[in-house]
Amino acid sequence: MPLVERTSTSGSRRSSKNSPWGLPMNELYTLTAHEAADLLRDRKISSVELTKVHLERIGAVESDVQSFVSITEDVALADAAAADKRIAMGDGGPLTGIPMQLKDNIVTCGVKTTCSSRMLENFIPPYDATVTLRLKEAGAVLLGKGNMDEFAMGSSTENSAFHPTRNPWLLDCVPGGSSGGPAAAVAAGEALYALGSDTGGSIRQPASFCGVVGVKPTYGLVSRFGLVAFGSSLDQIGPLTKDVQDAAEVLAATAGYDPNDSTSIDRQVDNFSQNLRGEIKGMRLGVPREYLDGLDEQVEGVLQRAINKLQELGASIDYEVSLPSTSHALAVYYIVAPSEASANLARYDGVRYGLQVPDAESIWDAMEKARQRGFGTEVKRRIMLGAYALSAGYYDAYYLKAAKVRTLIRHEFDEAFKKLDALVTPTSPTLPFRFGERSTDPVSMYRSDVATIPVNIAGIPALSIPAGFVEGLPVGMQIIGPALSEPKLFQIAHAYEQATGWHKLRAPVN
Amino acid sequence: MIIMSSAHRPWSPNLALTLKEVVHIASLVRIGMSEQDLESFRDELSKILDQFEVLKTIDTENVAPTAHPVDINNVFKDDIATEPLDSEAVLSNAPRREDLYFRVKAVLEE
Repeated sequence: MPLVERTSTSGSRRSSKNSPWGLPMNELYTLTAHEAADLLRDRKISSVELTKVHLERIGAVESDVQSFVSITEDVALADAAAADKRIAMGDGGPLTGIPMQLKDNIVTCGVKTTCSSRMLENFIPPYDATVTLRLKEAGAVLLGKGNMDEFAMGSSTENSAFHPTRNPWLLDCVPGGSSGGPAAAVAAGEALYALGSDTGGSIRQPASFCGVVGVKPTYGLVSRFGLVAFGSSLDQIGPLTKDVQDAAEVLAATAGYDPNDSTSIDRQVDNFSQNLRGEIKGMRLGVPREYLDGLDEQVEGVLQRAINKLQELGASIDYEVSLPSTSHALAVYYIVAPSEASANLARYDGVRYGLQVPDAESIWDAMEKARQRGFGTEVKRRIMLGAYALSAGYYDAYYLKAAKVRTLIRHEFDEAFKKLDALVTPTSPTLPFRFGERSTDPVSMYRSDVATIPVNIAGIPALSIPAGFVEGLPVGMQIIGPALSEPKLFQIAHAYEQATGWHKLRAPVN
Repeated sequence: MIIMSSAHRPWSPNLALTLKEVVHIASLVRIGMSEQDLESFRDELSKILDQFEVLKTIDTENVAPTAHPVDINNVFKDDIATEPLDSEAVLSNAPRREDLYFRVKAVLEE
C-alpha cells in the first residue's frame, strides 16, 4: 500500500501561489494541532474556516471511517466563532480554535453522551466533565463524540452498539479499542486531536493500530470527574494526537488537581512541551523480555529497528530487565476491572435515566429488562464476571488474590525504575486485525492488551508512538515510565519522532 | 501468556460454573436472560475463570493488597454549599417522571 507523505512540510505545497499559509485550504486537515494553532495566531486562517474544513473532511470520509457517534456541527461552529473573537483580542492559547473530538464516555453538558450503548442512547448530561470544562476554557472546538466499545469494554470498537469504526489505514481492519473512534478520527484527519480513556490500553492500543500518538497519564493526573466510570482504580483520560508536541499540549490543558475527583493528585502540573527539544543521550532504557513473548515477528522487527534508533540517539538499552509478574497481569486485570465495573454499572437501573422499558410488570422486572436490552454481550459478560469475583465465598480467591498480585506487579516496576529511566515495549503484540477475527473468542480479544494492561495495574504513565509500518499497517512502540514521569516520556518520544518522521505520514483514506 | 492446565486446581473443587450458579449471578446483577444466554455465559465465563487459575500458584503470603494505585487516604472536601444541578435538566433524562420526582413501579410487593 502506498504511504501518503503529509504535505504541509513539503516545499512545493508551502510555495503554492493561491495559499499564503502554504497549504490549500481544503487540505488543512493534514496539519497537526500546533501547526494549525500557529496559523490561527498569525491570522492566516480563522477557526471558523479551520472548523469548516474539518466538517467537510468528516463529510468526505465518515461513511468509510465511522469514527463519530454524533457530529455536533452547530456547537462546533459556535465554539469556533467564539474562539476567533478570543484570538482577535490576543487571548488565544495553544488549543484555542482547534477542532477536536471527545470519546463518547466523557460527558458534555447538553450534548448526547452514549458510551456507544443502547442504555444511554438518548442520555443528555446536565453537566460537563472536568476535562470538557478545561478544554472549553482553553477555547476548544467540539466536532462531536467518538465511537467506542460499549462502556469502553473491548479492544476493537466492534462492541459499539451503533456501528463499528474502521481503520483509516486499511478499512478491512479494526481501529483497535476501546477508543477506536478517537484514534481513527485523528488518523483520518477528521479531528486535530481527541480525548480517549484508557483502562487497560484503550488509548494506546488504538493509537498503535491507527498510527497516532496516544498517552495514558499517571493515575490521578487527569480528573476522572465526568468520565463514565468503568474500572475506577484503572481509568485515566488522555490525548490522541498526530505528534508528540500536540500530546504534550493537550495533556497540559487537561491535567491538574480537581476537588471533584478524590483520587486527583494535588500537585503543580508540569510544562510538558518544555522538554521537547532536549536530547536523550545517556538515557537508560530497558526492554523487559517478558513483553517479547508471543510477539508477532513483523511487529518484533519494527520494534527492534525502533530500539536501535533510540540507541543511535545515545540511549543505553538494557535487554536483561525482567518483570516476571507480567504474565499474571492479564488475569489480575480481568478480575479487578470487571469487579469494579460490576459495581459502577449497577447505577443503570432505568429509573433516573437510561433505556425506557414500557412493558415492565414490576420495578424489578423493569430493571432486568432495561439491563437485558440496554447492555451488549461483552458488558453483561464483565458485569457477571465481576459480580462472581466479588461474591460471598469467592472474594478471597479472586478479588483479594488479584489485589495482592497487583502489589507484586507494582513492586517490579518500582524496582526496574531504580536503574532505568523508562521501559520500551511493543504497544500491541500483533498488527491491526480484521473484523470478526477475534470477536467470537473473548479470551483471544483480551490478549490484545497484554502489553498495555500492566501499566494501568501499576497506575504509571505510558505512551504509544508510531514506530513503523508492516504492509501499510501502523505499528506502535510503547514507552513506560514511573509515576509522573510524563515530561521524560515526551522527551524520549519526541527525540525518536523527530529522528524518524513516522508522524508525518497520513492515512490513505479519501 | 496465561497457560494453565485444567488439572492444576489446588483448591477449587469444581471450577466450571454450574447453570445454577449462572442463574444466581444473573439475579444478583439484575440482568434478564434467556435459557440460551445462561448457557453461553456459563461456557464463556468458565473458560475465563480457567485463565485465572494461574494466580493461585503465586505466593502472596506476606503481600498487602493494592485496591488503588496511589496512596491517598481520607480525602475530604470543605463543607461549602454550592449550586445543585438544574432539576429540569436532570429530570429530562428520566424514563418516567411526575412533577419533580422520578416515577417508578411499586417497590413493595404484596
